[in-house]
Amino acid sequence: MTNVLINAPKTAKPGEIVEIKALILHPMETGFRPGTNGRIIPRNIIERFTATWNGAEIFRMEMSPAIAANPFVSFFAVATESGTIGLRWTGDQGFLAEEHVAITVG
Amino acid sequence: MAGAIKAVVGAGTIREGRVKLDLPPLVENGNVVPLTVSVESPMTPADHVKAIHVFNEKNPQPHVFSARLGPRNGKAVIATRIKLADSQKIVAIAETSSGEFWSASADVIVTLAACVEDVT
Amino acid sequence: MKVYPDQAPKARVEGPLLIGARPLGSASLRSGRRAAFGMLLVVFITTFALAQGATDSRRSGYQDMGEALQKMQDDDTANPGMLFVQLGEQLFGQPAGAANKSCADCHGAGSMKGVAARYPAIAKDTNEPVDLEGRINLCRSANQQAETLAPESRELLSLEAYVAFQSRGQPIAPLSDPRLAPFRAQGAEIYRRRQGQLNLSCAICHDDNAGKKLAGVTIPQAHPTGYPIYRLEWQALGSLKRRLRNCLIGLRAEAYAYDAPEYVALELYLMDRAKGMALEAPGVRP
Repeated sequence: MTNVLINAPKTAKPGEIVEIKALILHPMETGFRPGTNGRIIPRNIIERFTATWNGAEIFRMEMSPAIAANPFVSFFAVATESGTIGLRWTGDQGFLAEEHVAITVG
Repeated sequence: MAGAIKAVVGAGTIREGRVKLDLPPLVENGNVVPLTVSVESPMTPADHVKAIHVFNEKNPQPHVFSARLGPRNGKAVIATRIKLADSQKIVAIAETSSGEFWSASADVIVTLAACVEDVT
Repeated sequence: MKVYPDQAPKARVEGPLLIGARPLGSASLRSGRRAAFGMLLVVFITTFALAQGATDSRRSGYQDMGEALQKMQDDDTANPGMLFVQLGEQLFGQPAGAANKSCADCHGAGSMKGVAARYPAIAKDTNEPVDLEGRINLCRSANQQAETLAPESRELLSLEAYVAFQSRGQPIAPLSDPRLAPFRAQGAEIYRRRQGQLNLSCAICHDDNAGKKLAGVTIPQAHPTGYPIYRLEWQALGSLKRRLRNCLIGLRAEAYAYDAPEYVALELYLMDRAKGMALEAPGVRP
């Protein structure tokens, strides 16, 4: 699976708003660039990023070719209860990456 | 870009305000441009930002990203990195739970690397 | 004020040396006795000033970037170069080759600290200097009995990023091995040589015009403080070699072959020119 760097707190107080940052290795080939032979390099991007908290979806981002290579996302979430934050990336050519981080709230 | 915005907003009126679009005014390289969108909102179940859409003016296609949010975010703030092909206008539109559309735009100057590398 | 070691003395100073008023170490004094006192003063003030960092006008490319990019480099979970450091760490622990050994089997935790800060170096049993990539490949073939990694390949760059990361924050400390001197001098000569259809030398942009703009971009002083760098133009991690080739192509010169000794010679010179500056690997650059 591809490389991912996640920045999420390990603990939080109930109701605290925490920042979650994720960086994933992916070329995000736009499908508009010509290659060395003059032919367009086919599009290969991550199309969707979703975040769940104990299974419930809390954030979703639909990406276009305008998102930079090795996409970085930062968003916020209210720490409701302890459990698992799930991060999921899907895209062209059957791309799928999933990461889980545990968080203790209390 | 106008067409893409209309497709998302439909017949609704877009008001300027409540949305802040943070982009460096001078971009050293259009390949990776840090961008932050923040929307003023209590983010309660009764009153929150449902979606944030970002559009561009001069790239080959007008969409940048669309994000779905809800009260579980606490803050309607998203940061990411985008590609900009040229100096242009970027527009961010926030859709609230009550069906309102708020927007902000920013003009960005994009400089490219002085010496371009051969792809070979 | 530039403190490059091989610059010919230009200024003549009389009396007490004023910090910031004249290039240090390049004073040429009149009388013998005054010269002795002057040299003592120069040595004292130079050491003091370098320790203080007060008069070092050398700037890393980091300082020529906008705030947003500086923040990108500083945050380890936002710096795209760190993805490659992470990959490098994994590769470092993976057994490879007929010997089925990993790098970690010989090089224990923390053993790579300071290495990137002093390279290039003369490898054992050879007489020629190698850069980090050359050294990694020497280890792969000699010690792991594995295939060497292709230049600019993800594996080689990731390993290099991981090794360089172990020297992050350390001052660049080139070795004083006398065998390196002729190669370093060759590097200095290449740096000053006019090349390409544009007939420019590295020195013309990076010594004489650093700080000024070229096509809207600030010309940096070109100190290799961040290598391997995540260059936005490449949307990928790359080595100093790649950056030098980029410059050569920019000059409309023919870039030397990947295994050409010119790159190592140039790196020897550039690292010496950047002596004492902090290593920032992995850097982010436009």
